[in-house]
Amino acid sequence: MNAPLKTVFDVAAARADFEILSREVYGKTLVYLDNAASAQKPRQVLDAMRDFAASEYANVHRGVHFLSAASTERYEAARETVRRFLNARHADEIVFTKGGTEAINLVSYSWAAPRIQPGDEIVLSVMEHHSNIVPWHFLRERQGAVLRWVDVGDDGSLDADAVDAAIGPKTKLVAVSHMSNVLGTVSPLREIVARAHAKGAAVLADGCQGAVHAVVDVRDLDVDFYCITGHKLYGPTGIGALYAKRAHLKAMRPFNGGGEMIREVGRDMVTYADPPARFEAGTPAIIESAGLAAAIDYLSSFDRAAVAAHEHDLYAYARERAREFNWLRVVGDAPGKGAILSFETEGMHAHDLATILDREGVAVRAGHHCAQPLMERFGTASTTRASFALYNTRAEVDVLIDALAKARKILG
Amino acid sequence: MDDSLRELYQDVILDHSRHPRHFGVVEGATHKGEGHNPLCGDRVNVTMALDGEGRIADIKFEGKGCAISQASASLMTEMLQGRSVEDAEKLMGGFLHLVKGEETELAGDDRERLEVMAGVSAFPMRVKCATLAWHTMKSALEGGS
Repeated sequence: MNAPLKTVFDVAAARADFEILSREVYGKTLVYLDNAASAQKPRQVLDAMRDFAASEYANVHRGVHFLSAASTERYEAARETVRRFLNARHADEIVFTKGGTEAINLVSYSWAAPRIQPGDEIVLSVMEHHSNIVPWHFLRERQGAVLRWVDVGDDGSLDADAVDAAIGPKTKLVAVSHMSNVLGTVSPLREIVARAHAKGAAVLADGCQGAVHAVVDVRDLDVDFYCITGHKLYGPTGIGALYAKRAHLKAMRPFNGGGEMIREVGRDMVTYADPPARFEAGTPAIIESAGLAAAIDYLSSFDRAAVAAHEHDLYAYARERAREFNWLRVVGDAPGKGAILSFETEGMHAHDLATILDREGVAVRAGHHCAQPLMERFGTASTTRASFALYNTRAEVDVLIDALAKARKILG
Repeated sequence: MDDSLRELYQDVILDHSRHPRHFGVVEGATHKGEGHNPLCGDRVNVTMALDGEGRIADIKFEGKGCAISQASASLMTEMLQGRSVEDAEKLMGGFLHLVKGEETELAGDDRERLEVMAGVSAFPMRVKCATLAWHTMKSALEGGS
């Protein structure tokens, strides 16, 4: 938190924080390139959770006893850490969730559903993850909402004008990924928000990838809703967060019902707590909140611009080396994109390829990446995806390239 | 190269996946099935024409997928052509055991021909690829056209 900022990014030093990176798989050194699915955890995160559980743990917001007070303090401190990370104005604008999926479902159920009349529109980009599609399909199925899709360019770029053109008088919400988990495309979010607001529509941004790779300022973006997930952010599974403007949260109906989210419960009546407690029914992910805070502190201990430059270098290098293969077609090459290399391979199916890479120690993702409308857009059923994190290196890119050449020999 | 990889992607498998047998749709099929693996998005359609004696007079498949799923579908159609429904179900049971690395009741010529798929058992994440066509065939038999 108050550690001096490291202005030069030292990847070797960072790698030493991730114990798992030194393990072997099938006798080969692990090359972990499935970071967009989930990132590995540094010891700072693991230690924080262990230390918390070993020294200060109890349930939060309940007991009057010492540990409950200490736990509550840690939990609320984690909320403050998320607030600072996203530069939200108030800590009560941060709702802890299970992850990004729950955050979006919360907005769909508590904010959107009561406001949607049949024929009202929700604008989505074609590059959304299923978690930012299916909650809106629910409103289409149940309430007659109309989903309007915005296409991306052939290079995978998302144009603010195209989003603008899809927003009409009946548009209630624009739901868009900050950074695509398949293409790496970074959305012109601030511009999209300005255009949407000018037409009276709110904007939800899925920041599960975006917040990992760039500094996010929700006030500057003026976005209405922004969600993150812990496990892609070098933090634990089971915790994420929704940022929502205070006025929105205050006007939203509860999501899950249970303990913690009430003010008073009688036999014939119930009243609800103020946000964010209103949306945090049941015992939350308490230990994981300490892990999430530690992950954010860890990431924030680096010069984020230096980390971004390192990741961009990895992508550019991988992109360049991939040109060695005339049977490989990169899907998504938008300017300023994040460090994700998705590609199709002529005559080789992504799953066969991934199986062979795996035996070389290289972990990649193969499939539709929970983004079937996007796969359809690019006329494919699946791609292979190498997604980079701060701890990856050029040497690992070389291993990937060698493994691809080997796979071609076997399957070609 | 890893022996298990060599076993998995042996020439017979690659040949079946590159040049699938019985690829297409049976005209006037009496039974049809659609299979889908939601994990990878792969799809396979199986069409069959049964004769009056409960024999698979004709069987074809169509689909897009990995080498394992395509080879398995190709091999399956080749094996089941002309066999009885009862045989098909027995073969399927034996095949499922084989690709899971369990003791299999397959014997003789059937065992020999399907043995090329046994390498899948070293790759638990890929068993579903190998079984997709067979499950689709079974649902076609159960569902009719």
